[in-house]
Amino acid sequence: MKTFNYEAPSTIDQAITLMSENSGQVLLLAGGTDLLVQLRSSNQDIDLVMDVKGISELNQINYDEVSGLVIGAAAPCSQIYESVPVLENFPSIIDAATIIGGKAIQNRASFGGNLCNASPSGDAIGAMMSLGAMCSVVGLDGVRNIPIEQFCIAPGKNALASGEMLISIQIPPPRLNSGANYLRFTPRAEMDIAVAGVGASIELNSDLDRILSACIALVAVAPTPVLAAAASASLIGKKPIISAFEEAAGAAKESINPITDVRGSAAQRKHLIGVLTRRCLELAANRAGYVSCKGE
Amino acid sequence: MSKQLVVSSTINGEEVEFLTEPQQSLLECLRDTLGLTGSKEGCNDGNCGACSVLIDNRLVNACLVLGIEIDGKDVITVEGLANAHELHPVQEAFVLEDGLQCGYCTPGFVVATKALLDRNANPTEDEIRFWLAGNLCRCTGYDKIVRSVRLAAQLMNDSREEV
Ligand SMILES: Cc1cc2nc3c(=O)[nH]c(=O)nc-3n(C[C@H](O)[C@H](O)[C@H](O)COP(=O)(O)OP(=O)(O)OC[C@H]3O[C@@H](n4cnc5c(N)ncnc54)[C@H](O)[C@@H]3O)c2cc1C
Ligand code: FES
Ligand code: FES
Repeated sequence: MKTFNYEAPSTIDQAITLMSENSGQVLLLAGGTDLLVQLRSSNQDIDLVMDVKGISELNQINYDEVSGLVIGAAAPCSQIYESVPVLENFPSIIDAATIIGGKAIQNRASFGGNLCNASPSGDAIGAMMSLGAMCSVVGLDGVRNIPIEQFCIAPGKNALASGEMLISIQIPPPRLNSGANYLRFTPRAEMDIAVAGVGASIELNSDLDRILSACIALVAVAPTPVLAAAASASLIGKKPIISAFEEAAGAAKESINPITDVRGSAAQRKHLIGVLTRRCLELAANRAGYVSCKGE
Repeated sequence: MSKQLVVSSTINGEEVEFLTEPQQSLLECLRDTLGLTGSKEGCNDGNCGACSVLIDNRLVNACLVLGIEIDGKDVITVEGLANAHELHPVQEAFVLEDGLQCGYCTPGFVVATKALLDRNANPTEDEIRFWLAGNLCRCTGYDKIVRSVRLAAQLMNDSREEV
């Protein structure tokens, strides 16, 4: 690894000052599970690595029934899946937090790092996207909010301006009769990166027999995780049954144009998106309270 | 040469102070600076678990942590498990069940197993295999490792009952 300077600010203000005063390349360090691997294989000159884990706002996980969930950008997966309000209200966040890496990775890897790294296969990004998450970002000009679907702009590139950092991710409280799920396909059940992944949330009416709203996010099948808008819209007003989920799965498949790489071919990815979307919607509907009848 | 930073931490129960350059990993610091060569470098990118250590009782890969990050923290490496006279029950179990062949992965498995059994005294086979998914072994085929973990759980439970 090339050498660099290291700072570990304890407040957001200190962090912003450090970033603004440094004319060279500044990289932020959360769990380091992406960053250290990248620094080892890079020839880039880095001025400063700034460890943001000591800033309290970036470590918190807070839940409020009205304003929803706040996940500090540097909170590791294990802190997320050990949080009681997350366990009680956000099952698809638990799905994602428990499949990223193995236990040692989960004790370090943060959702903020997953998002800022902007990998097309970021599992946490897919799960958060289907829940309508908002990213809270701070820079010299103050705080601004970026909808999560606008946060990743290309593989490895995010929407942060120079001198900005992610503070937290906000997820609205779950609506009544709603459910969510995150699923991915990997050749090995654990410690592997998604060939394709799907996050879905679904909201049912009070009789649990009609879909009021749905949101589907697709992972590892485009330059960034993406929303499947047409597939999501196709579900509104329908009964939460297999035929509706299959139609949405077809629309999700149609909406993507994936690449072939070492993990899988374009055709395999398209096929997987169909299967995963259908399964993910079924599981989300079950979590929303829908009990499927045989044959439907 | 880049500037040296002073790190103060507790390693295996002992307070230590050492110098590190910012880009040095915890694994390099442990092995090259502190002479604690029990933790191994397998992949140096978080995939094999040979460098597993505990920071504040949490399992991590020392190759993905900077040495400077353990300032003020409590670190346990495989060297910290046995006391002067006897092996830790996890180590004893790996010996009794032949949970190793070449042994390169073993320090990582032993530390990861301790982290598991400290949280879950009676893990199922599934829980054991999932917990150890981040540790790779090229020799044993894993079955003997799983058996070692089961025996370790039993030994640790027996010794708790005796107290
Ligand atoms: C063995 C292994 C297995 C893995 N498995 C998976 C997997 O199954 N699924 C998956 O999605 N990923 C996986 N990953 C990738 C990685 O663990 C995740 O992307 C993780 O969530 C990154 O979080 P981190 O805290 O470690 O980020 P870091 O490595 O600290 O940072 C990642 C990037 O984000 C930037 N950054 C961090 N915090 C901020 C901030 N607050 N503001 C602005 N920029 C910031 C950093 O500068 C860096 O560019 C795996 C990695 C390894 C090594
Ligand atoms: S050397 Fe650290 S995980 Fe392989
Ligand atoms: S015993 Fe040889 S790698 Fe595990």
